[in-house]
Amino acid sequence: MKFSLNWLKEYLDTDKDLDEILHWLTMVGLEVEGVEDRGKLVKEFVVGHVLEASPHPDADRLQVLQVENGTETLEVVCGAPNARAGMKGIFAGNGSYIPGLDVTLKTTKIRGVTSNGMMLSEKEIGLSEEHEGIIEVADDAEIGSPAAVALGMTDPVIDIAITPNRGDCNGIYGIARDLAAADVGTLKPLDVPKVKGSFASPVSVNIDFNDDHKDACPMFVGRYIKGVKNGESPQWLKDKLLAIGLRPISALVDITNYMTIAYCRPLHVFDADKIKGNINIRMAKEGEKMLALDGKEYEMDGEMTVIADDQDAEALAGVMGGERTGVSEDTVNVMLEAAYFDPIRTAMTGRKLNLQSDARFRFERGVDPAFLVDGTEIATQLILDLCGGEASEIITAGAEPDWRREYFLRDNRVEELGGVEVSPERTQGILEILGFEVIKVDGGWKTIAPSWRYDVVGEADLVEEVLRINGFDAIPIVPMERETALPHGAINLAQDRRSLVRRNLATRGMTEAVTFSFLPKDQAELFGGSPESIELVNPISTDLSIMRPSILPNLIAAMGRNADRGLSDTALFEIGPQFAGENPGDEAIVAAGLRAGKAIPRNWTGGVRDVDVFDVKADALAALEQIGGPAANAQIAQGAPAWYHPGRSGTLQLGPKSPLAHFGEIHPAILKAMDVEGPLVGFEIYLDNAPLPKSKNQGKARPALNLAQFQAVERDFAFIVEAKVTAEDLIRAASTADKKLITEVTVFDIFTGGALDDNQMSVGITVRLQPTEATLTDAEIDAVADKVIANVAKQTGGILRG
Amino acid sequence: MENLDALKSELSGMIKSAADGDALEQIRVSALGKKGQITALMKGLGQMDPKERKAAGQQLNVLKQEIADQIDARKDELENAGLDTRLAKEKIDVTLPVRPEQMGTIHPISQTTDELISIFGEMGFVVAEGPSIEEDWYNFTALNIPVDHPARQEHDTFYINAEKEGQRMVLRTHTSPVQIRTMQSQKPPIRIIVPGRTYRCDHDATHSPMFHQIEGLVIDEATHMGHLKGCLIEMCRAFFGMDELPVRFRPSYFPFTEPSAEVDIGCAFGDGTLKIGEGDDWLEILGSGMVNPNVLENCGIDSTKYQGFAFGMGIERMAMLKYGIPDLRTFYDSDMRWLKHYGFQPLDVPSLVGRAGL
Repeated sequence: MKFSLNWLKEYLDTDKDLDEILHWLTMVGLEVEGVEDRGKLVKEFVVGHVLEASPHPDADRLQVLQVENGTETLEVVCGAPNARAGMKGIFAGNGSYIPGLDVTLKTTKIRGVTSNGMMLSEKEIGLSEEHEGIIEVADDAEIGSPAAVALGMTDPVIDIAITPNRGDCNGIYGIARDLAAADVGTLKPLDVPKVKGSFASPVSVNIDFNDDHKDACPMFVGRYIKGVKNGESPQWLKDKLLAIGLRPISALVDITNYMTIAYCRPLHVFDADKIKGNINIRMAKEGEKMLALDGKEYEMDGEMTVIADDQDAEALAGVMGGERTGVSEDTVNVMLEAAYFDPIRTAMTGRKLNLQSDARFRFERGVDPAFLVDGTEIATQLILDLCGGEASEIITAGAEPDWRREYFLRDNRVEELGGVEVSPERTQGILEILGFEVIKVDGGWKTIAPSWRYDVVGEADLVEEVLRINGFDAIPIVPMERETALPHGAINLAQDRRSLVRRNLATRGMTEAVTFSFLPKDQAELFGGSPESIELVNPISTDLSIMRPSILPNLIAAMGRNADRGLSDTALFEIGPQFAGENPGDEAIVAAGLRAGKAIPRNWTGGVRDVDVFDVKADALAALEQIGGPAANAQIAQGAPAWYHPGRSGTLQLGPKSPLAHFGEIHPAILKAMDVEGPLVGFEIYLDNAPLPKSKNQGKARPALNLAQFQAVERDFAFIVEAKVTAEDLIRAASTADKKLITEVTVFDIFTGGALDDNQMSVGITVRLQPTEATLTDAEIDAVADKVIANVAKQTGGILRG
Repeated sequence: MENLDALKSELSGMIKSAADGDALEQIRVSALGKKGQITALMKGLGQMDPKERKAAGQQLNVLKQEIADQIDARKDELENAGLDTRLAKEKIDVTLPVRPEQMGTIHPISQTTDELISIFGEMGFVVAEGPSIEEDWYNFTALNIPVDHPARQEHDTFYINAEKEGQRMVLRTHTSPVQIRTMQSQKPPIRIIVPGRTYRCDHDATHSPMFHQIEGLVIDEATHMGHLKGCLIEMCRAFFGMDELPVRFRPSYFPFTEPSAEVDIGCAFGDGTLKIGEGDDWLEILGSGMVNPNVLENCGIDSTKYQGFAFGMGIERMAMLKYGIPDLRTFYDSDMRWLKHYGFQPLDVPSLVGRAGL
């Protein structure tokens, strides 16, 4: 909302300076967004007096002026048709910058005549598009005085943000009232004239609603004014509107704009001679059409309120008037309308038609339902003053809606809720200046909210009024006290695990990314698909159209983008939600990661290696180890969901029903569909599936440590097994050969080919024996070795390689 | 036995000039070995008369010891020289790069969230969470944003196909629904913070369709606006690490709080850069207020007995301000260069007490 300082001062009697007013605007909740010092625009220009104007010797359309600028008289070449001797205008001397032309003036020769400056048009200053002629200022403007004064541009324009609850401050008078309450000045009483109607309105008004719609327009006030002349507005009115960026149109239109800005009282003026019959306020007919003042035709539905004559809709209630009955310079008789329209219905109408207007903005935030008649009187007087004519008696339809709401403010409530003591006198005073009816009774105040403050709906609102006007700065700062001397944990175990896994993966060389929770539908399909129920109704683009069933596609796309930038040895992970449906339980927190390129890049020590499945298996295992508890002992199963390579993927699980993690190479077909170069290896860790310990302290105490006194021994074996035998089978067979002595079995070699059959492989394992009672003798070691060979043969069919 | 001196100087000379261990060993054998010169002289002692033998024996023993010592000393000398030569040969270029290692980074959103949790955790808040997909009632109605109210227009809401109670479900436009869920499931006193993903139908230079918020809620019988100020001033100063950071509260409007306040921090705009904590300008970073009694009643909490405050802020915005990240949209690009530049070392775990500030 824009307004000028002087316009504000028409309603607020104050000796405070601009800075103080700006401070208090913000501190009562009317946030200052900017102050425009329009004088700056013209600060290099002065009032110039044209002493002589003679034809240019060498150009028909130019004149040579002698301009007095207060210090000297200069020769100026000018092309404006209105330039003439004796006039006063705005002069720009050499060295000044002309914003409308984007030039800095210097002495120039125009067709042989030297020009030492310019007389300016509005367009050249940047005030408007007006370029027909140069600006003329009043005859009494002092020669050489600042242009800002002569142009009425010394008045700063303030722009404030109005929160949606403060409809009343969409008029300057409401702003003045808030400032007055905060002791910035005194609110001047509204000067409401009582214009006596000299005849009965020839047009009648009828409100025509069924019971479902009777709130659409509870009251309508009209007045017929005959014999007006709709010319240009006087300068004071044009200046006011121009200052806040409104283009003056004609006196009648300018008056309605003035009433809107000054008093938040949107009005409409119909050309009464174009109204066919009488005025009816009714719901639009389904499909009814109207050409509005913005030149566009709108098709309405049965939930929109219109103001119609006996034939057609002539205005979209509260939003915009119709073109057909709009006023023009030929208008002679007018019908002035001031109504109260339902805020929600007005908002819905505007939204459905995608039509914004100053009127809609105010009606949907609520205008004062008790200001219809007074607003009509003020506007009538302005019309009579500026356009002449004769006013009818006021006609009304409907009745003022009941806005009187009573709320009780308890004595101690401001201090209880606000934490600041405000004296009873000040409390009552603030509310009274704001327009509340206040009666002190035992234990508090009975209040009735003013008609313009529909946002006040309870005691807390009364507290807010007192607190904000008294100033939030006055509220003492009180530290938050904890209930306990020491802080307790702020996060629970599940949250802690996420944090640990995040930092664990990062230490493993993976970089954390955050990607959107939605993705393109076709990508969702590649990862098992998302149900239609979680498809967005109004996505921003088809790329963000459905909730993701997996984090991987977003990461794959990110890997692709990085590869396109030449970053190929990358490792990314994200911890976030994936979605199986719309219910809270369908949202799972997953840690997903991808690696690409070289695990060990080319370097002078050698050892170059591509990333492979075992890198991401290690990531998944490290994460589960970090989570701890049973998850650290997950079993491995071959295979993973369809988006992984069927032969190069695995699942970590405690049982077949709840996988803890999948890992593997991403299926090449997926990469092809997403147009990303492979291979990529990745994992998904289902953090929610990792069991939580039963109690907070469970598992914190470590089991007793039993350090063996005797030297451990290692023995290597090479077994030839069928290729279908897994490493885990073999390790299990070897480990269980002697559960007491064997503490560890590791694989150190895998060999295929050579003399082996196609379906055979050789696996080298190291078995570690840890005696607990005495050092092992050769015979004892040989005995264990025999047991290992026997057990492997029995469980896997493996034969010791000769 | 004057020729002993000659022998001594002859052997000493040979020892000194011995070039390596082998030469030295030869000298030892020739002097002290079974057939060595000194050994021979020792053997000759038996033929001397007892009186001479004692003196000569003593002289020979001294000589033998001296020669043995000299040989040992020369041996050490030669060995040391050998080691030095070997080490000189073993020199490598330590300016060569180390073997490639990779260290990942933590995303600024995670880091900033952890920082805020560490601050609020010290003030007794615990983290609460809730789903991204919400029912209309939790996201709007319970928060005192009635159907068709213009305030709903401010939230450009994403809707999904699914419906609950005849209303389309939404992607939560703020983390506030978690406040509702918490108040429904937990009795006061309540002191929670709610970090999480939020969604709005907006995509331009300063808006992202998904972003993160952290909200707070305190409900008990006595918390008032002075506490709200105390809590948020402390938070701002701890987060930005400035004890004197100016913090301003000014009235505003949110449907779910009454009174409502926006919180600004002092800063200086100018030269195209933003300096926090300096100058005369103000920068809005938080919305806050005393919980609207309607919201309490919607959650089944007696608003005549309980009261408290709520606040909310954008996590990306806090990160941008603190770490000078210029563009919101880059947070979700997953550009490795950006993640490395603005990311954090994994062991850089925020803590108010464990480290020298945040």
